[in-house]
Amino acid sequence: MELTTAIETETLTGWYRRMSLIRAVEERLGPASRSGELPGPVHVSIGQEAIAVGVAACMRPGDWASSTHRGHGHFLALGGDPKLLIAEIYGRATGICGGKGGSMHVADISRGMLGANGIVGAGIGLATGAALTAKRLHPGSVAVAFFGDGGANEGILFESLNLSALWSLPLVFICENNGWSEFVRTESLTRGQISKRAEPFGIPNGQVDGNDIVAVFAEVSEAVERARAGLGPTFLEMLTYRTQGHVESELTFLPGAYRPDAEVEEWKLRDPIELLAVRLRSTGVESDTLADIQGEVGLEADAAFQFARESPMPDPATALKDVFVEAVPTA
Amino acid sequence: MIQAINQALHEEMARDERVVVIGEDVAISIFGDTRGLAETFGADRVMDTPLSEALLSGMTVGAAATGLRPVLHLMFGNFLYTAWDAIANQAAKLRYMTGGQISMPLVFMAVFGGGRSQGAQHSDSMHSMLVNLAGLKVVTPATPADAKGLMKAAIRDDNPVVFLQSAGRGGELGDIPDGEWVVPLGVADVKRPGSDVTVVAIGAMVRLAMRAAETLAAEGISVEVVDPRTLRPLDTPTLVNSVRKTGRMVVVDEGRLSAGMASEIAAIIAEEAFSSLRARIRRVAAADVPIPFSPDLERAVLPSEQRLLEAIRSTIRAD
Repeated sequence: MELTTAIETETLTGWYRRMSLIRAVEERLGPASRSGELPGPVHVSIGQEAIAVGVAACMRPGDWASSTHRGHGHFLALGGDPKLLIAEIYGRATGICGGKGGSMHVADISRGMLGANGIVGAGIGLATGAALTAKRLHPGSVAVAFFGDGGANEGILFESLNLSALWSLPLVFICENNGWSEFVRTESLTRGQISKRAEPFGIPNGQVDGNDIVAVFAEVSEAVERARAGLGPTFLEMLTYRTQGHVESELTFLPGAYRPDAEVEEWKLRDPIELLAVRLRSTGVESDTLADIQGEVGLEADAAFQFARESPMPDPATALKDVFVEAVPTA
Repeated sequence: MIQAINQALHEEMARDERVVVIGEDVAISIFGDTRGLAETFGADRVMDTPLSEALLSGMTVGAAATGLRPVLHLMFGNFLYTAWDAIANQAAKLRYMTGGQISMPLVFMAVFGGGRSQGAQHSDSMHSMLVNLAGLKVVTPATPADAKGLMKAAIRDDNPVVFLQSAGRGGELGDIPDGEWVVPLGVADVKRPGSDVTVVAIGAMVRLAMRAAETLAAEGISVEVVDPRTLRPLDTPTLVNSVRKTGRMVVVDEGRLSAGMASEIAAIIAEEAFSSLRARIRRVAAADVPIPFSPDLERAVLPSEQRLLEAIRSTIRAD
């Protein structure tokens, strides 16, 4: 509670708006995917918005983050334009990547978002490299590696824990443990507490309630400050839950349910947006104000979808562009 | 060739402080190509790393995407396979997938090829696989001058470049030019002009081709040796023009025959210069087996001067 009062209501309200925007956008993606309107697979982060927004709130221009296959939230949390995001997911010319990336590869380099990544764990390597750049060229900047509980089982994590600790890289590991590695319960695939994997490397680590944005912000702020001060990496395991499936189209290929409805319903009671709403109301914010925000982000999401649907498909000739930087480097 | 690469690295690191060298044993340098860099530029820019290729390659991509110009020494080409995700899925694709938002000025360097009884896991020539990924530039210098000039160009290029050197096997092919010597990527070099047959030779095979050309000159056969130097982008016009002139082509490549670079070049010539051909194209490449250890077995598998001579003569006899 002390923390809540330390963070200005205006800031909390801003977080509420950003989380709600992510939710509004992703709630519209599900039906669009299932109806066949969207090409390709779509992985949404509904239920995990507090982590994206809480981490982004600790970052500033010049910082970098690598994302995962479930990256829309990271993209929007870092300030990405929902129109460009949705247009990309629709494969349109106006998309942030010109239609060459899609849902799994949305990136906004201008905002330090190094891209969603279709290879689980690969973002850890990219963020480690960004941290190396920060250390060499931009002391005080940090890099954040988002990955999931599935990614925590990739060997590259071990390699990065070792090297980032050894070199005191300004890196923050954010493991979003949403309880499920695709269609298998994480605990049946993963031995021990994930955050403890950082322990033997001497990396400060801990578990955080990933559905409580104030807790996320508090822990990540500390980690980011440590990194900015040259004190090396921190590993935070965010406990959360994916209330949607692994991929929006999963019912078309799965033989049946793989997790109990009751479990999903139980987690929905700890919905991160609703938890923040309760907090805001307790600090005197009117319910009407929150309802207005919901209405506004809904309209913003609708506008993004309309923009995408009305945007042209890419010119096929552009398929052959952007492989290489064409300009001849200066001597 | 080692000294040439070493010179290029020294010069480029002095020229641009964003250039850093990363890799296993880069300070002491087992091949000698990075020797002395740590003393000159310090451990902040010449970083010995643990055996963590998956991370190192990914980190190199991330560092390049955010402003450094890293050179990652992967030691043996076969170790690229342990770094394959970042090479194939990240370096080769991130710029494209993000619609051109990212540039990755990085160099992956390694020695490649066999001939030294290093065994199958240290002797591969993997350039055709790299070329096939489409998003990487691939260079295979054969001489000290090319090694220096191509390394300097690779470091200055804003794209991911894989620099494959035939370690210790280019020494007698000329001197190292002093100072500013940059060989542009994507430009082939006619190593020896000739009129009867074109021999396209890659990497260490250039030396083999030069010897064969010398031998055949005594028999009155004039061989033109063309070294592509860069396999992607490939200087197709130079290859095509040479074959249009000579009417015959043999490709000699240390990579394996199937789906290899020799096959690619043969296909290009068949498509682009078919009417100029006076004999069938011949490919001299490594046999489709892992590279064996024992010197006698290795010689049996890798392209030899004898096989190359026979292939060249067969194109002449076809007249």
